[in-house]
Amino acid sequence: MNTPIKQHLIDPEICIRCYTCEMTCPIEAIVHDDNNVVVDADKCDYCMACIPVCPTGSIDEWRVVTQPYSVDEQFGWEELPAQAEITQNEAAGGMEALDAAMAALLAEAHAGAGGKAKAPASAAKPTVNMYNLANPIEATVQGNYRLTADGSDSDIRHIILAFDGKPFPVLEGQSIGIMAPGTDDKGQPHLPRLYSVSSPRDGERPNYGNVSLTVKREEHGICSNYVCDLKPGDKVKVTGPFGATFLLPDDPQARLLMICTGTGSAPMRAFTMRRQRTVGAKSGGMTMFFGARSADTLPYFGPLKKVPEGLLKTHMVFSRLPDQPKEYVQDRMMVEQDAVAEMLGDPNTHIYICGLRGMEEGVGKALTNIAESIGVQWVALRDTMREEGRYHVETY
Amino acid sequence: MLDLINVSYDTQIPNNVGLSSDKRVLKALEKWHPGYINWWSDLIPQNFQQSLVYLRTAVSVDPKGWAKFDYVKMPEYRWGVLLAPQVEGRTIPCGEHAGQPAWQEVPGEYRNLMKRLIVIQGDTEPASVEQQRFLGLTAPSLYDMRNLFQVNVEEGRHLWAMVYLLHKYFGADGREEADDLLRRQSGSEEAPRMLGAFNEETPDWLSFFMFTYFTDRDGKMQLESLAQSGFDPLSRTCRFMLTEEAHHMFVGETGVGRTIERTCQVMNENGITDPYDINKIRDLGVIDLPTIQKKLNLHYTLSLDLFGQEVSTNAANAFNAGIKGRYMENRIDDDHKLTNDTYPVWDMVDGKLVRHEVPALTAINMRLRDDYSRDAAGGVGRWNKIIEKAGIEFEMKLPHESFHRQIGVFAGHNFDPEGNLLTGAEYDAKVNEWLPTKADGDFIQSLMKPVTEPGKYAGWICPPKVGIDNKPGDFEYVKLHMA
Repeated sequence: MNTPIKQHLIDPEICIRCYTCEMTCPIEAIVHDDNNVVVDADKCDYCMACIPVCPTGSIDEWRVVTQPYSVDEQFGWEELPAQAEITQNEAAGGMEALDAAMAALLAEAHAGAGGKAKAPASAAKPTVNMYNLANPIEATVQGNYRLTADGSDSDIRHIILAFDGKPFPVLEGQSIGIMAPGTDDKGQPHLPRLYSVSSPRDGERPNYGNVSLTVKREEHGICSNYVCDLKPGDKVKVTGPFGATFLLPDDPQARLLMICTGTGSAPMRAFTMRRQRTVGAKSGGMTMFFGARSADTLPYFGPLKKVPEGLLKTHMVFSRLPDQPKEYVQDRMMVEQDAVAEMLGDPNTHIYICGLRGMEEGVGKALTNIAESIGVQWVALRDTMREEGRYHVETY
Repeated sequence: MLDLINVSYDTQIPNNVGLSSDKRVLKALEKWHPGYINWWSDLIPQNFQQSLVYLRTAVSVDPKGWAKFDYVKMPEYRWGVLLAPQVEGRTIPCGEHAGQPAWQEVPGEYRNLMKRLIVIQGDTEPASVEQQRFLGLTAPSLYDMRNLFQVNVEEGRHLWAMVYLLHKYFGADGREEADDLLRRQSGSEEAPRMLGAFNEETPDWLSFFMFTYFTDRDGKMQLESLAQSGFDPLSRTCRFMLTEEAHHMFVGETGVGRTIERTCQVMNENGITDPYDINKIRDLGVIDLPTIQKKLNLHYTLSLDLFGQEVSTNAANAFNAGIKGRYMENRIDDDHKLTNDTYPVWDMVDGKLVRHEVPALTAINMRLRDDYSRDAAGGVGRWNKIIEKAGIEFEMKLPHESFHRQIGVFAGHNFDPEGNLLTGAEYDAKVNEWLPTKADGDFIQSLMKPVTEPGKYAGWICPPKVGIDNKPGDFEYVKLHMA
């Protein structure tokens, strides 16, 4: 069976045949005959350049299909076909999200990978965009726990949401959108903010299908304050799931090198719990470099210390300890460079980087140095790993 | 390094042409600017000037940045000078210089010809805003009002585009011409606009939709052929204007379409099957299809006149000089010189209509007009689909191009919409069936009552299928200023 793709279509009932999209498309993927203007699915690379130039809105149409409609088929259309039923586990392979705004957010978050992100070969097929702006799902807050020490100035929360029996199939590494109530200063509803789930696919509690998030309260952050102030029983509007590349390989022999800071640990927690509940220590193993300012601002500090090393080897790195020099994740990676180098050389290794955008540069330098020490050029290795679905970046 | 994609706001005039380092032109434009603002302020009724309109503005000329939507008061709209990015190694696409590098400066020998083309194009832009100045008062919805104002501010920006070229490349002459563009007024006795069709007031919204569909489409064809110019700054200007022009086509096509759809809907709701049951249909507050056909006949034929004489040495010279190309010149597969080619044009021989071959070079206008007619026919076909879907037996048609013409070989003769030559008496007996009468106009005028509640539409027109910028149906496209 073919992998489903998201096909870009133009609504022939709304299009006015001005051909502006056709003239804008940088790769000539848009063509017309006397009847219709259509997108060639073999050529379109989803650059989205045609979307804003369309005066009608007819161009922003998408169908998830297993067999794309051909150009000739589309020329004959008088109206768009309805979306065919596609079962959940075959939906939208490879597409991060079905609406442009969410896709753009994810594209930006994944830009640090240096090219088009790919999912690990053995990853489960994700469901994306089951719920969207027009059709969100309502979740109930089950819990809201502070993860950082009471005295610390960093307020990071563990939020648990339940979907009350409605389906919300989310994989480790995917994100969900939270819609803060109210409107912005222009009277428009707030766009959803994306949060990576920190729970595994079967639920925060096994087989309960509930979802946890790791959210840091940001000063003046509209959505983060809303989420951090939620109380059990509160109702929340949720969209998603989103994301189809930053995913866990199902192959138990895959080795995971995870590098994160702060709430960037959310997907790493989900990965770890998934493995804990399935293959446990009988896996290729996981290594994590986890940075925070101090132990009392590092989310999940307590529970992490209890995870056996055979499952997850953790390096906790602190940059603001009294009387000690600042240490960042890249510094510790250099200290552990032999172990990292050994992993870089192994084709079973998958790298995940998640956290603030600022970490990219330092981590990139460390990986460059370490790769050089084994006679490998990092950019080339990175590109290979990314092409093979083994290198993943999500920063914000 | 000069940023030629993103719009720079370091001068009063947003631009992507490095105005801040071009003191001479900057000074000239700054001098012209207050006159423009005065023109705009005197034109549009005051309470609209104070209203917040949900408009799109370009913040860059690449696809990502040219359609940013936000509320803005129209006098504060960032009119500016925006050129499409320069294409490296671009060559003159047609005429005797075809293949040579495109000009970055005006060649002396073509200076006057070029200036004339730019002035004529520039003159139509403010003219249409003048023609439409009172339509806001009778808008059938806030959505339509917003579309009108978007068209208006963009025509204003197109004036800026032409004025920039005049100031930058034509010295003192250019400055004088730029001032004249603000001095002439649509419909004025002493200083009318240059082209006839731009001196008629646009009296009602159906006329506005027909105007944007048919007359702005002439503008589009002219821009298309100027976008093929060997004079690169003109080509780049027109290429960017075309992306804006598409919105005007959209307003026209969907406006007429929504009017037709509403008429069909109301006919069906009331069990009327005969589209010629005019009084009954009008009593229900919608515009009957035969009247819409008459409006179509009028606006299509007025617009055909804008293409000038079928056989024209001026047009031949402009093409041969490489100043103005054909529609989609870059996609036409020939030698782009037309030295030995012919093209069939209409002519009157012994009182009969014939189409015969003339040197293609002299038939440039005819060819563009043919391209125009083909382009215009597409939307008419889509209107007919709406009628067909409603199950009503009626078909909109473009009249024969000889009908109701004032310019070219057909002028001075009487033809019916099928292209049959008639005597004056025969024509006069039937003309009221073909062109809108004063009574038709009065009836349409009687429907022009403003609707200003968000999400509500006047009874004679359907809501659009999709909102602007994907906004929901009850979006407040204009926050009206309540004085």
